[in-house]
Amino acid sequence: MNISRRGALKVAALGAVAATGVREAEARERPVPPEDATGMLYDSTLCIGCKACVAACRRANELTLERDSTLYDDSVDLTGHTANIIKLHQGDEGYAFVKQQCMHCVDPACASACMMGSFQKRENGIVTWVPDKCIGCRYCQIACPFDVPKFEWDSPLPRMVKCQMCLDKAGGQEPGQLRDGVDPACCEVCPREAVIYGDYEELKAEAQARLDANPERYNPRVYGLDDLGGTQVLYLAPAGVEFSDLGLPEYGPESVPHTPVGLQHKIYKGFVAPVALYAVLAGLTWRSRRQADAEAGQEVAT
Amino acid sequence: MKAQATPVGGKLLTPTMKGLLILAGIAVILLVWRFAAGLGAVTNLSDGYPWGLWIAFDVVTGTALGCGGYAVALLVYAFNKGKYHPLVRSALLASALGYTLGAIGVLIDVGRVWWTWKLPLFFWTWNLSSIQLEVALCIMLYTFVLWIELSPAFLEQWAKGPDSFLKRFAAAATPRITRAMPWLIALGMLLPTMHQSSLGNMILLAGPKLHPLWYTTWIPFLFLVSCIGMGYGVTIMETMISRTVYKRPRETHVLAGLSDAMVVVLLAFVVIRMGDMIWQGKLEYVLAFDRMSVLFLLEILLHLVPALMLMNKAKRTDRTYLFRASLMIVFGGALYRFSAYWFAFQPGEHWSYFPAIPEILITVGLVAFEIAAYIVIIKRFPILTGRPPAAAKA
Ligand code: SF4
Ligand code: SF4
Ligand code: SF4
Repeated sequence: MNISRRGALKVAALGAVAATGVREAEARERPVPPEDATGMLYDSTLCIGCKACVAACRRANELTLERDSTLYDDSVDLTGHTANIIKLHQGDEGYAFVKQQCMHCVDPACASACMMGSFQKRENGIVTWVPDKCIGCRYCQIACPFDVPKFEWDSPLPRMVKCQMCLDKAGGQEPGQLRDGVDPACCEVCPREAVIYGDYEELKAEAQARLDANPERYNPRVYGLDDLGGTQVLYLAPAGVEFSDLGLPEYGPESVPHTPVGLQHKIYKGFVAPVALYAVLAGLTWRSRRQADAEAGQEVAT
Repeated sequence: MKAQATPVGGKLLTPTMKGLLILAGIAVILLVWRFAAGLGAVTNLSDGYPWGLWIAFDVVTGTALGCGGYAVALLVYAFNKGKYHPLVRSALLASALGYTLGAIGVLIDVGRVWWTWKLPLFFWTWNLSSIQLEVALCIMLYTFVLWIELSPAFLEQWAKGPDSFLKRFAAAATPRITRAMPWLIALGMLLPTMHQSSLGNMILLAGPKLHPLWYTTWIPFLFLVSCIGMGYGVTIMETMISRTVYKRPRETHVLAGLSDAMVVVLLAFVVIRMGDMIWQGKLEYVLAFDRMSVLFLLEILLHLVPALMLMNKAKRTDRTYLFRASLMIVFGGALYRFSAYWFAFQPGEHWSYFPAIPEILITVGLVAFEIAAYIVIIKRFPILTGRPPAAAKA
């Protein structure tokens, strides 16, 4: 008897459960920013690299300095101590600063990763981390395409650290919601208004207005409008500087969770496939055990 | 074929056992340090490589190595091949231990272990979009199911013992377990199908950080067939080793019979893996002959070569030949998992990762503990089938 061929069919049938989603992963809808979305706009052409925002962020979020022994803030990257950083890009065309913090993605990979929703997108679209359900698995770090969430590696009681858009600042009523008229710490202190906070739609219009008013001054694109599914933090870069030079990756408009989560939802749609498979397996088991019992007269379990 | 399983018997504290316990003891000491000082103190993990050896080996590869019980159960129950029944118990034991190791690995790896108890209980906060949630819950449940599936081995032994709490417990539990067994067996085939495939999908969330040669929506299927192949490979190796060491019938003809199933899953892997890359137009990566392309080709070879070897019906009943093929399958599957979760995870040039010594020693200690537990259980409980030759009497 040709076991291989029959076996292949059955294996394929089992595998089909896992593979059904392959074609139609597209079924997942593309999320859009919520109606009252807020965000930030950072304009690299205005930033003078004073790092007032870095210090303010540290104060507002009670983050300690990178090293105890130092007199000044010498952090060079986002870490478990630093949720906001200014970096300098130097190229042939001159130089440009760039501010890095959580991008508050429209379709956040961190939130779709997190098992119990420690990362969550709030009503206004701001993505926050709450400690009371996080088990520290760091899947959010694997997932975030901007490498934003950071882990406190040096602590036995670690947290995930990232920009929360100053969620508790000045007693905001809701997590992720600033009190009316209050800005996040970085936007509040910036002497050049290089980074501003506001209504997402208004920020989009503002960015476009700046491009229209001074086309020769800017890279003609607004970063974040639809990069990786869109981000609620928008960026303007100087003419001649690519966003990828500033550490903002050019990965196209599809968000990271779109394909895998779409695939997963497809496979487990309504939990029909697992239930059906269970029924089939239970039936087969019953048949095989009855047969074995008949052959053996008595049967030891397993 | 009716083969009764019996305990191996014999002394427990042999020199081998002492060695294993020393290794496990070292791991325990290092674990105290890990929980007192944080993950940074004992590992080389970083914000660039938040997952390392413990996830890639203990969890992702460890659970696949624990798929022997699943793979054999598929044959015996779903495909109704009763002749493989003598393999079930020892495969289940290896699986139960493999999954337990994976679960312990997770508990060591997570940074905020004190909240893990909420995971199975707080169902109203479950994020149903989280692929990892499904994997975690399934693995938890399956580990539990495996031990219950194996429990008749313990109950039989206790029932024979002197009158005690255990004996009474065995008497009360046995009929219930026997009645529940078909449902448990079916669950024991459903859960790995679910979480082993999702384990593949889970790493797709690394998105652009995952090398294109491993980024494919076929990954759930590939992880699934590869874990079944590894399950057979491990079962063959484990059966050969344990039966040689403890002088039991070697069942070589039964083991060789697994070849047909293995050939099917291995070829399915190779065809889909290769075909998918061609279909996606990623041949340029395949033929780049850089580090990642070599890893990919090695992975294909480690699935293709044993498949071809096992197609040779004359040679595959030779023990050494069969063992070699199985070893290759296990390495191939492990390489695929290490690649997806480690080598092909590329967070950027400025990050690098190689496990720290304590990190490695903790994994070694866990494996030593697993082997020690295996030895203790087969010596004291009826796992291996066939009467031992008189000379090897307990
Ligand atoms: S940038 Fe990263 S951490 Fe921030 S919302 Fe997006 S995925 Fe989440
Ligand atoms: S580390 Fe915490 S926040 Fe991140 S995915 Fe895991 S549970 Fe969620
Ligand atoms: S405070 Fe404003 S100008 Fe100063 S570094 Fe920050 S963004 Fe730039």
